[in-house]
Amino acid sequence: MSDVLVLMEGIDKTFPGVHALKQCRFELCSGEVHALLGENGAGKSTLMKILSGVYSKDAGRIVYKGKEVEIPNTKAAQDLGISIIFQEFNLIPHLTVAQNIYIGREPRRGVRFILNEKEINEKTQKLLDMMNLDIDPRAKVSELSVAKQQMVEIAKALSLNSEVLIMDEPTAALTDSEIDELFRIIRDLRKKGVGIIYISHRLEEIGIISDRITVMRDGEYIDTVPAKDVTTDQIIKMMVGREIYVTSEATDESANNEVVLEVKNLNRGKAIRDVSFKLRKGEILGFAGLMGAGRTEVARAIFGADPIDSGEVFVNGTKVNIKQPIDAVKNGIGYLSEDRKQFGLMLDLNVELNTVIASLKNYSKLGWIDENKTRKDANKWVEALKIKTPGLEQRVKNLSGGNQQKVVIGKWLTRDCNILIFDEPTRGIDVGAKSEIYKLMNKLAAEGKAIIMISSELPEILRMSHRVIVMCEGRITGELSYKEATQERIMEYATRRL
Amino acid sequence: MGNKGAKGRSLIRSDATQKLLAFGSLIVLIIVFSLASPNFFKFSNIVSIVLSTAVNGVLAVGVTFVIITGGIDLSIGTTMTFASVIAGVLISFWKAPVLVGVLGGLAAGALVGMISGSVIAKMKLPPFIATLGMMMITKGLSLVISGTKPIYFNDAKAYSRIAMGSVLGDILPGFNIPNAVVIFLLMSVLASLILTKTSLGRYNFALGSNEEATRLSGINVDKWKIAIYALSGLFCGIAGILMSSRLNSAQPALGQGYELEAIAAVVIGGTSLNGGEGTILGTVIGAFIMSVLTNGLRILSVKQEWQTVVIGIVVIFAVYADLLRRRNK
Repeated sequence: MSDVLVLMEGIDKTFPGVHALKQCRFELCSGEVHALLGENGAGKSTLMKILSGVYSKDAGRIVYKGKEVEIPNTKAAQDLGISIIFQEFNLIPHLTVAQNIYIGREPRRGVRFILNEKEINEKTQKLLDMMNLDIDPRAKVSELSVAKQQMVEIAKALSLNSEVLIMDEPTAALTDSEIDELFRIIRDLRKKGVGIIYISHRLEEIGIISDRITVMRDGEYIDTVPAKDVTTDQIIKMMVGREIYVTSEATDESANNEVVLEVKNLNRGKAIRDVSFKLRKGEILGFAGLMGAGRTEVARAIFGADPIDSGEVFVNGTKVNIKQPIDAVKNGIGYLSEDRKQFGLMLDLNVELNTVIASLKNYSKLGWIDENKTRKDANKWVEALKIKTPGLEQRVKNLSGGNQQKVVIGKWLTRDCNILIFDEPTRGIDVGAKSEIYKLMNKLAAEGKAIIMISSELPEILRMSHRVIVMCEGRITGELSYKEATQERIMEYATRRL
Repeated sequence: MGNKGAKGRSLIRSDATQKLLAFGSLIVLIIVFSLASPNFFKFSNIVSIVLSTAVNGVLAVGVTFVIITGGIDLSIGTTMTFASVIAGVLISFWKAPVLVGVLGGLAAGALVGMISGSVIAKMKLPPFIATLGMMMITKGLSLVISGTKPIYFNDAKAYSRIAMGSVLGDILPGFNIPNAVVIFLLMSVLASLILTKTSLGRYNFALGSNEEATRLSGINVDKWKIAIYALSGLFCGIAGILMSSRLNSAQPALGQGYELEAIAAVVIGGTSLNGGEGTILGTVIGAFIMSVLTNGLRILSVKQEWQTVVIGIVVIFAVYADLLRRRNK
């Protein structure tokens, strides 16, 4: 760690109705991996968007390599050598890898407006080889896996000779081996003197990869500490301002309850191969596995969102024929999808409507909606689930990730679902809200609901599941009770190709 | 290594399948009509088909650029007429040379496109609304400027030769292919090159695919949007010159309705209304499918009213077939 690359001081930013950043401070040295932590809404993304030119600051100064600079737009940031990789990538799906990397600065052939496609592809190939990546420059970005797309984003940042690389939740959608690959590249960059700002909610990773940690809270700068000098608990306390007690919550009380859901020999092409399992009342059944193992596919098949080739589903002992989600819902099954923004919520509609939308029939006579009733019930869930919102009329897109997730849960509880499938329930949610969701899940299980929890976060699986089912490449490869479940055993099953 | 090859090949296969399907349908139609009537496959009829494709084809090729941005341009029909009226005013009222009139018409088309593009990019109006407004404005202006009467090019003998003369026939006797056809094919080739080989074409796909990512990559999205709509407007100007040259007059009441045919041609040709992908070749095939259908039905003495019914059904099925193909990718 050597010279100071970036110094941000006294940064202030206000959006209509929200004082997002209050006199914030941030410092980055060359050859350093600096983690930026904070709950959702703490202001980390906003601060980084100011550094990368997406937003402009209201006050404060930015010093880059000893000189004070203004960064009015993304091009200015790029020219300085600052690149940002957003959580939702910034790639153009219909264009190829090479075309994406060199967009806006394509090498020309002769006349200024004719592009030199050959050179674009050659330069990209060299770049990818240098990074040791097995990606075809001519492949359309939309056809690449999420992990490969992220590599393309990094390659693009490198090709811009970035000296500052900002990564926002880079590992959210990666498997463990892909994360190793990412860390290898990050370490390479660090050796070359690049300064990397790493925003993540995954505290275990922060400990592994970062040199220093800066914590923000409620738009303010809290502290900066060397990574090896702090414990996870201390970090959480800084982020949240209060102690959070983390205990193991799994039980086996449900082991002898009646079976509410039974799946027999489910098959769909290569995605689901002969999957059978049972789910009991009051149980939290964890589904572990690598990305692409087939867990979401199984969930969607049970829920009727995707067709199946063969297999039977029994609810409370009776065979059911689920061809569409409405069939599943009628049988009391609710599905909280992986991507709640795309599949779980109507972002432009308010909290009240999102909560009752799956049960409108119960609130309407002859098509006319009883607004008193909807308001009452929606309020009931806002209270019960502790949804932080200024009111029922608040548009759901303005809520934080954790509260959005609670609205989705409220939707299925309103519909009186007894079988709940949670797909990556705490993805993109900060530590404080995560523990609230866990508490909620345990409460629901204690009340007799049956829960399937699909998660790629092993700590979460280990903490919450009464039983763990592990999948690999469409097959169930292992089943463990909570006593038997360890990270190593789950990993072993998750990588066992039958 | 093998993975890269497989990816490359599958890309080619799916695009080629689509073109093959479209082209195949065209061939099937031609065969069906040829069998149904001996009058279909005559040289004079083929020339008539291609000639009638020329105007709509130029319009369709131009609007392909706009549709690839994910936008739409409802004003292309009336802009075409507007351009022809401007040319008429310059040549017949103001006695300007034919060249000046032609350039004036082209400039008028491009200007209308530029205004549409500016309204869409700067005022952030949805393309449907912005171009709907421009359609009505240009339609009205055409009537106002022309005094609601057709403008004849009788005094400018050279004008009708723009579309109907045959430069090819002058050079190679026997190849009396009307200029309009040659111009259409040349403009199609040029459009294809622009789309695939230039920065304008590249940014066209980029902002149609993901406008925000393109903007955040440091590209002046507004500037390129305006340029694309202006380019489409220029093609409207070309179509306007061709059409008025064929009729030897600028008809201010004509034009509205052409935009839907042109858009149908683009869509039949496989370009998605969502933007981000498309080809000129597909549009050209789509335009030919439309005119072969129209011509064939007419030769079979199908009443004119029924022709549009048939074409409407064809459009629906063509887009549906394309949707299925896309879904299976």
